[in-house]
Amino acid sequence: MKILVVDDEADVRALFEQRFRREIRSGVFSFSFAYSGEEALEYLHAHASEVVLILSDINMPGMSGLELLRQIRQEYDAPPPPAPPQVMMITAYGDETSRQQALELGANDFLTKPVDFSALKEKLLHLTDHDN
Amino acid sequence: MNLNGSVFISILMALFVVRALRNFLDLPARAPHLSRLLGYVWVPGVVLFVFSQIIGWKTDQLDELYLLFLMSTIALVLVRVQQYRPARTLLLALAPYLLYSFIELVSTFISLRLLKEYDDAFENSKGFAFIWLFTFVLIARNQKKHLDKERLERETEEEAKRKIEAYNQELEHLVTERTASLTLQTEELREALKELKVTQDQLIQSEKMASLGELTAGIAHEIQNPLNFVTNFSDVSTELLTELEEEQQRPDRDPGLEAELLRDLRQNLTKITHHGQRAASIVRGMLEHSRASTGERQPTQLNLLADEYLRLAYHGLRAKDKSFNATLTTDFDPELPPIEAVGQDLGRVLLNLFTNAFYAVQKRRQQQPEGYVPTVSVRTRALPGGGVEVRVRDNGTGIPEAVRQKIFQPFFTTKPTGEGTGLGLSLSYDIITKGHNGTLTLETEEGKGTEFIIVLPA
Repeated sequence: MKILVVDDEADVRALFEQRFRREIRSGVFSFSFAYSGEEALEYLHAHASEVVLILSDINMPGMSGLELLRQIRQEYDAPPPPAPPQVMMITAYGDETSRQQALELGANDFLTKPVDFSALKEKLLHLTDHDN
Repeated sequence: MNLNGSVFISILMALFVVRALRNFLDLPARAPHLSRLLGYVWVPGVVLFVFSQIIGWKTDQLDELYLLFLMSTIALVLVRVQQYRPARTLLLALAPYLLYSFIELVSTFISLRLLKEYDDAFENSKGFAFIWLFTFVLIARNQKKHLDKERLERETEEEAKRKIEAYNQELEHLVTERTASLTLQTEELREALKELKVTQDQLIQSEKMASLGELTAGIAHEIQNPLNFVTNFSDVSTELLTELEEEQQRPDRDPGLEAELLRDLRQNLTKITHHGQRAASIVRGMLEHSRASTGERQPTQLNLLADEYLRLAYHGLRAKDKSFNATLTTDFDPELPPIEAVGQDLGRVLLNLFTNAFYAVQKRRQQQPEGYVPTVSVRTRALPGGGVEVRVRDNGTGIPEAVRQKIFQPFFTTKPTGEGTGLGLSLSYDIITKGHNGTLTLETEEGKGTEFIIVLPA
């Protein structure tokens, strides 16, 4: 399963690659990284059908995670061929308003920082099961 | 008897003359003793009369004698009071007549014949002496009048002088009173000024604290990110260690995997250190911001300072308004020289400008939610001559002309009560102009945005 992680913090990459090293090694997950909303959209335009899940931070300079979510839902919600990607929002501001807003915009899930990686792994594996 | 009796007329006349003289010369005041003596001027007349009766001396010269005596007395009196100018004039008036009377009397006693021979001359002299007397009496009278007038004038003048003096005294008293009350007022004002200065210091401190309050959320966010990394990299390192131990226990160890795990571990430790330092530097910045300024200038990297405070301000506002988002653009001149500045103070200025910029774009977004991209940018440029320019630009609501006039005034704020101290820009202005000899100006267009320009000399 191809997952696109969007976060303006570069070290997120090292963290994800280590947290999911077993899954990456075994080929269950494959990760791509984008450091801004704009970069994420570009990546999606190039690899639209590959990306199954997007994990995006909300608070980023420039295009915010919510704006990215809105655009993704606008562009990719047309009925298949490619199924629309799942989008999970991750934010340091875990308040109810943000959650509501994210869900209204079409987020599949809402996680707060610090990310509970074992819970996230569970969710991702669950998704993979569904996919298969 | 008849002849001698005429002396009484002379006595009466003497009393009359004495009275007139007293009045004229103001004798009771000028020479009280003489004045009293003059009261007895009749005594010699009476004595003369009694004496002539006793000796049976019949002569018409008796009252001539008495008159001579009277005139002599008057002359003596006049000599005594000669300091008085009319008295001298009277003396001059009297002198010829006195002389004439004397000569006539003497000549009468000595030889009647001589008198007869020079009868005409005597008559003429008498007339002349009389006219002389009369004329000089008039002159004396005029002099007296003149002197009286002068005296009166002098008295008036003195009275006026006295009045002026009294008035002066009153004035001086008033001045003293006023001075005292002014001194008191000055003291009170000085006291009030001291209180105001204390209040001002407190206000500046509270402004700092208010801006710190705005920062708090930003700081919390900024600290949370590195702390999350520290936690996560520690956790994952433990996992890596466990995996490494497991690998070492296996009979068929994979040295490649072990090397990879070790490399990751080393990298993680470096990252933990890095993020720990990042959090520490944010806390240090916060402490520096809240501490009283030392006012010490040090070489300051404006690019770093601007970047740090831009992020803090952004996250500060984000924490208050979760839906808020803005595009931040930075255009830092890599050749920017370090500037001798009080970093903490410049940080406050930048924070203030950024906070205002975010406030402006947030307001415009509320007015125009569709198709608007809130943007705040900061640009630095090295100026020829060693100075630097920092431009903080927003595409927010812009500033109306009326507000522009007052924007650097203390306590002026467009924010609702309780949200702004109204000291931010005024303090910023002071820090840039007075503290660093620079300039703080702005360019703004309503509905388009605002740009604040800081210029600092080398």
